[in-house]
Amino acid sequence: MAEALKDRSMVMQKEMIANHFERLAQAPATGEPVVYTFVPGNLTELIRSFGALPVLPEINALQSGMRKLSGDYIAEAERAGHSEDVCTYVKCDIGMMRQGNIGPSGTKLPKPDLLLLSYTGCYTFMKWFELLREEYDCPTVMFHVPYQGDGKLEPEHREYMLRQLRDTVIPALEKATGRKYDEEKLRHHLTLSAMAEDDLVAVLQSGKLRPSPIDGYFGTVYYVGPIFSAFRGTQEGVDYYRALREEVEERALLGLGPITPEGSLVGEKYRLVVEGPPNWTHFRDFWKMFADEKAVVVASTYTKVGGTYDFGFRHDPSDPLGTLADYCSGCYTNLNLPARVDMIVNYIREYQADGFLINSVKSCNSFSAGQLMILREVEKRTGIPGAFIESDLVDPRYFSAANIKNRLESYFQMIDARRASRPT
Amino acid sequence: MTCVIGIDLGSTTTKAVILDGNGDVLGRGITNSRSNYDLAAAVAKTEAFINARFGLIEQQVQATETAEAVYLLRRAFVMEQLLHQLRRLEHLLLEEVDKSAPRHLVAPFREAIEEICRRITVEEETRFRAPPVLRSDFFRDAVGSAFMRIAEQIGDPAGVSFDRLIGVYDKCIIRVENEPMDLDFRDHIGDALSRVSNPRLADAVEFAVAYDLTPAATVGTGYGRARLPFPKEQIRSEILCHGLGAHAMFPGTRTVLDIGGQDTKAIQVDAEGIVTGFQMNDRCAAGCGRYLGYIADEMNLGLHELGPLAELSKRAVKINSTCTVFAGAELRERLSLGEKREDILAGLHRAIVIRAMSLLARSGGVDNEFTFTGGVAKNPAAVRAIRELVHENYGERTLNISPESIYTGALGAALFANRMVA
Repeated sequence: MAEALKDRSMVMQKEMIANHFERLAQAPATGEPVVYTFVPGNLTELIRSFGALPVLPEINALQSGMRKLSGDYIAEAERAGHSEDVCTYVKCDIGMMRQGNIGPSGTKLPKPDLLLLSYTGCYTFMKWFELLREEYDCPTVMFHVPYQGDGKLEPEHREYMLRQLRDTVIPALEKATGRKYDEEKLRHHLTLSAMAEDDLVAVLQSGKLRPSPIDGYFGTVYYVGPIFSAFRGTQEGVDYYRALREEVEERALLGLGPITPEGSLVGEKYRLVVEGPPNWTHFRDFWKMFADEKAVVVASTYTKVGGTYDFGFRHDPSDPLGTLADYCSGCYTNLNLPARVDMIVNYIREYQADGFLINSVKSCNSFSAGQLMILREVEKRTGIPGAFIESDLVDPRYFSAANIKNRLESYFQMIDARRASRPT
Repeated sequence: MTCVIGIDLGSTTTKAVILDGNGDVLGRGITNSRSNYDLAAAVAKTEAFINARFGLIEQQVQATETAEAVYLLRRAFVMEQLLHQLRRLEHLLLEEVDKSAPRHLVAPFREAIEEICRRITVEEETRFRAPPVLRSDFFRDAVGSAFMRIAEQIGDPAGVSFDRLIGVYDKCIIRVENEPMDLDFRDHIGDALSRVSNPRLADAVEFAVAYDLTPAATVGTGYGRARLPFPKEQIRSEILCHGLGAHAMFPGTRTVLDIGGQDTKAIQVDAEGIVTGFQMNDRCAAGCGRYLGYIADEMNLGLHELGPLAELSKRAVKINSTCTVFAGAELRERLSLGEKREDILAGLHRAIVIRAMSLLARSGGVDNEFTFTGGVAKNPAAVRAIRELVHENYGERTLNISPESIYTGALGAALFANRMVA
């Protein structure tokens, strides 16, 4: 990605992440407390308000996947008795830990002082922390977010979450860090969050332009990196998203297409919406299959797992705990199937997509369960045929490049044939 | 006359279809894909042109000769092609013996090879004079089984053993299959004509030899399509080609199921044959044509024998495994329990079709009319299972199966080629 490396935001992100991992490596010496938590429903502002550093195990797993380390880690976890069918993020993480817990940037990850499980619809997360608790013998706290089974939450659901935050989560953080809860500090972080979120949304919505200056899936998984991991509610996060927004707005002004592994994409030919997480072990190859066909993903659901900001939600410093509850309940994984369908249909219409694709990951039930129903319903409501492919998160054994490429080529040719038969 | 060509490079077989300017089929050709896609495409194309020229002969002699006379000429031609390849095989076998056999065995080894090839030649000539019997058209299959049978008879465990004979055969058959050979119409039609000694066909043959068939465009599809020396515009995905091909064969088609060698496709098309949706098997190839190939190997049967045997079943055994390898294990277990071969086979055919049914459901179900294509559509037991399961799940549906269904993808490709020149 020669061109991308020149971009200021990329350099910034790289430094931010390297510094963060360096701080994590030093944590046992500096005494900075460490809290492990997951991307969907992460309470980063609250963690930061206690002066603690967050660790996101699934981000480490996907980074290991991209660095071609996950195959070994998964084998290690399987030798330890974890089944072939278990979520490969979990096995990658467990394997990494067993091989010395060297994180993606090459530094050692510290042990957690607390495992903070914010439960937002993924049952596997709960089992994952159960396993980590066993390995680390450390305190665990669970924040239970009610699933949006009816498409919305009632006031008593919100009250239930607030009560948990006050009575369980905050005391656990106080105990783990040895520091008192400071609401002003939390407000400060939430203010910074909202600023970064505004800029991120501007970036995401630039996918509505023709040509789109961003790729809303492959490119955007990089863009959401800081806000989904440790940097929501930090000044570095604010600076990063300001810089990114400026870059994207400049690309839009110049009428440039998105950055791809092969440089700027010229001549956008297909606009797609994608549902489901990407494959990380062959991320570049997978991306190239789209870029070679001049296919741009204009919007995706996966890039909303850490928050659905583009539908209006912003962290609100005037209601610190309430806003955390609202944030968690609105995460993509906590939405029911009709809400997911609405979201995809909305993307197809608003972003003028001419196709949509599901990358189904069997070992990830929180995504894959119901995807065929989503496919059918979206096809019915938009009249646009969907494509369905299967791969895996970080297990390199489940990426069949020839089959996936064949499927994608067929799909693009189908879009061509439909266009040719219905001249606009 | 200008014509267009469609080539479908499948994992098991490679097919070619030639169309005239009106989109009517002039000829079809098929060969095994071997490990050399380039050559497979060339052979399939040659075969399609041969087929087209025989069509011309048939047209020419319609008034004076019976279709049988042309058919006999065709059989003679196929035999000439086979004998030509056999001579080449023999040459390579002898060369190999000279090169690698132990000194004291060279002479008897050469004799054994010459004897086997002589016997195959006699068998082929006898076969030609007898009424036709169904067998694989591919040189490898036809000669391979004869070679093995005769080698078993004449092999000497103390000298030129069966294993030694098969060893050199395996080496040389690959070379014969992978080198370009003169197998075209003009190369063998003369010999074929003298063999049938029917002078009334001579003028028609001359006409067919001289007839100008110039390809104006070629479109390729199938798994090996990236190997074709065509620009990208001349390559179409097999999904589109199967959709269009099925539509051309049966214009009322709305749902297409293609069970090929290594994948299964469920395709929905509109009234113009344009694909509106499709699903294919992804992470696992269970339930594809290779499943049946594997079962045939396990049971020591030819692929074409499976369906007719399964058709004899009165009570299909329920086979749970759709994993090809596990199904093999289940098959052996059932045999050991005393189940009948035909009942197990009927169950295996049903298992492969149940897999296809879930793909069909995923693609949007089975609409009327429903067209079944691919090599497996030639298998009567698979067809019966499809018919039953479609009826159980979707009610009354018209099921279309063309005897030429294996050419569906190539036909679709040829139709795309036709559009390029139109």
